[in-house]
Amino acid sequence: MGVLENKFSDNLITTTVDSLINWGHKTSMWPLIMGTACCAIEMMAVGYSRFDVLERFGMLYRFSPRQSDVMLVTGTVTKKMAPVVKTIYDQMSEPKWVIAVGSCAISGNIYNSYSTLQGVDRIIPVDVYVPGCPPIPEAITYGIMELQRQIESGRRLRKKVPVTDVTAQPHENVDLIRRPGRVGMPTAQDYAAHLDDDVLSTPSTYQQLEGSFPKKSDD
Amino acid sequence: MQETKFGAATEENKSGAKRMRLNMGPQHPSTHGVLQIILDLEGETVVRCDPVPGYLHRGSEKLAENKYFQQIIPLTDRLDYLSPFNNNLAYVMAVEKLLGIEDKIPDRAVWLRLILSELQRIASHLIWFGTHVMDIGAITAFLYAMRERELILDIFEMCSGARLTVSYARIGGLMGDTPPGFEEKVLDFVKIFPERHAQYMKLVTKNPIFMDRTVDVGVVTAEDAIDMGFTGPCLRGSGVNYDIRKREPYLTYDQLDFDVPVGTKGDAYDRYLLRMEEMLQSCRIVEQAMKKLPKGPVKADDPKVTLPAKELAMSQAEAMQRHFYQVIHGFPTPVGECYGKIEASKGELGFYIISDGSSHPYRLKIRAPSFVNLQSLPLMTEGRMVSDVVTCIGTLDIVLGEIDR
Amino acid sequence: MQESLQIVVQRVQEKFGEAVLGVTEFRDEVTVRVKREVWRELHEFLKLDPDCNFNLCVDVTAADYPLRDQRFDIVCHMLSLNKAHRLRTKAATDERIASLAPVWRTANWEERETYDLFGVVFEGHPDLRRIMMPEDWEGYPLRKDYPLEGYDSQGLPG
Repeated sequence: MGVLENKFSDNLITTTVDSLINWGHKTSMWPLIMGTACCAIEMMAVGYSRFDVLERFGMLYRFSPRQSDVMLVTGTVTKKMAPVVKTIYDQMSEPKWVIAVGSCAISGNIYNSYSTLQGVDRIIPVDVYVPGCPPIPEAITYGIMELQRQIESGRRLRKKVPVTDVTAQPHENVDLIRRPGRVGMPTAQDYAAHLDDDVLSTPSTYQQLEGSFPKKSDD
Repeated sequence: MQETKFGAATEENKSGAKRMRLNMGPQHPSTHGVLQIILDLEGETVVRCDPVPGYLHRGSEKLAENKYFQQIIPLTDRLDYLSPFNNNLAYVMAVEKLLGIEDKIPDRAVWLRLILSELQRIASHLIWFGTHVMDIGAITAFLYAMRERELILDIFEMCSGARLTVSYARIGGLMGDTPPGFEEKVLDFVKIFPERHAQYMKLVTKNPIFMDRTVDVGVVTAEDAIDMGFTGPCLRGSGVNYDIRKREPYLTYDQLDFDVPVGTKGDAYDRYLLRMEEMLQSCRIVEQAMKKLPKGPVKADDPKVTLPAKELAMSQAEAMQRHFYQVIHGFPTPVGECYGKIEASKGELGFYIISDGSSHPYRLKIRAPSFVNLQSLPLMTEGRMVSDVVTCIGTLDIVLGEIDR
Repeated sequence: MQESLQIVVQRVQEKFGEAVLGVTEFRDEVTVRVKREVWRELHEFLKLDPDCNFNLCVDVTAADYPLRDQRFDIVCHMLSLNKAHRLRTKAATDERIASLAPVWRTANWEERETYDLFGVVFEGHPDLRRIMMPEDWEGYPLRKDYPLEGYDSQGLPG
């Protein structure tokens, strides 16, 4: 579709063609399960007996990124797993969407620790966030329906509306995540010294880094 | 060896057969979570197998050092997320042992803990059954297993409010009493489960394809099993009769009448039959326990660990102060260390707590059965075909939340 | 203390004498603290001696006391399947200690995890490399001087 994409203004023909294309996309979304933790169990429950969301929505769980449209990131993404998630996201072909299911994928949840990525939207752009720990299957279904509504209002042939919200873009370089780049590990004496530190006299981490956050044009 | 980042690498060895390094990567349908297995293959034979866990390491142990004892209970839910109440129970029992309040737990709480723990064992084995048989190729079994699991999840949702991460156990008892309708629901489940179980056995047990793929696959002898630190169904499948519920009884298992199945050959088929039988025995335990379930309070009468009743906390100043203090500051513990363990669905789940007297642990170590069991994957698969790797992972019954913590 | 454990403690004290630094009992659990030089011989003895017969190694882990001289406390839990009794052994060390992998193969991954998270080097371990953290991670997370939230990409805590 390359030459025709996002070229035309809004008129009767383009909106009709767009709604036809969007109808096709939304009623046959094939999810790729990036299932890491507990939320993956709820996603298995949502797809099979009792809730049976898969067949009714035209979805079919695929495990290969080349064959899927939607990536369901369910569960905690750790710093060791982050490059894998990014690679698999890159391997998916356009058009692709991401649903972040569960608190861990949205923002790291209770695991604010050295090894957990605080939200998968730091490395890939997310379309729908489904909160919960784990979200009940009805909530995941609502999230899928919300994505269907987003797809419905999408613009394929028509020109896109420019995006102005910078903070919604992914902002962490996945290659830097695994390499903290720390020079000189503290010793036990440093640990003892911290016990007397005056918290207010040293500037906070963010004050020190002000001005050095990566700009939007950086990769 | 020429290696690409995620791809296969080949090398000719002396006999002319090509050795290939295959990465069964973290994102894979059959690895039951994010587990990476690096396989060196010669044709179809696995020459070297190297499991790489750690893709779900969330730092639970370090987080626990900064939380109060009662705040760690939700962290434990997410370890073995297929049977979260068992994890809560093991942790809470370890803390109660440390505090020395084991005999203050009321009877109703003890019996309810036992009933819910056995229901979780059935739920965990159902998922094992569904995913193991689905990996081998029979997808129908998964649909059947999820159907029964939903009934158990309904029971938990009714008691605690959550299907999966229940956090129902508290230090000194349970979160609260069970709502009306609990007993009928459990007895209904116990009544229908044996016939459903018979359906599963009929579907799978004598199936020639299933038997071909599991008989004599993943054989672990008894000496190897003990040396590799197996506990739980994997150990019993190899012929060693050790079940913590019988040998070192906790809760009220010594007052109940149940059998512990033990395998003979130590292959995947033995472990399959063993876990199926364990489900029936758990059903039997729940049936007996429901008859003996007494009425009464579900929280210990210890002012240090139990929050006061809501009516008192809202009307009396001392109770409100106590509630406030316990939630904001936690409660002090004796200096010492303690190891609390239960027979979880996967093996021996243990919590080792070192306390320095303050209201949070100095060190919390989670002894996860799946972590120790996964070590034996090279032993089971080296020299065998690559399709047996999937069977062996399934028969070990691993869950990554526990392995990586 | 269980009778069988009393016998075990007696035999250990007879055999190792000076190297046993203390035996404590808390909530029916026995802990034997030894010097790190006899770490492997002690466990070989505990496994093979017929009175002790600790054939299953349950857990090998460590605890960090950074303000102490020998900052790590290596802890090993073991179980005897025949006699159903358990024991805990501890040794203080600063960075290195003998590996228990030749005694029980269970200790292989447990020691890899302890190395990964604490930085304790186990001498004689067949394959000591990181297991939980990525291979090129710097630092040992579970030490007390490593911040909970780790270091960010600028190298600062948080």
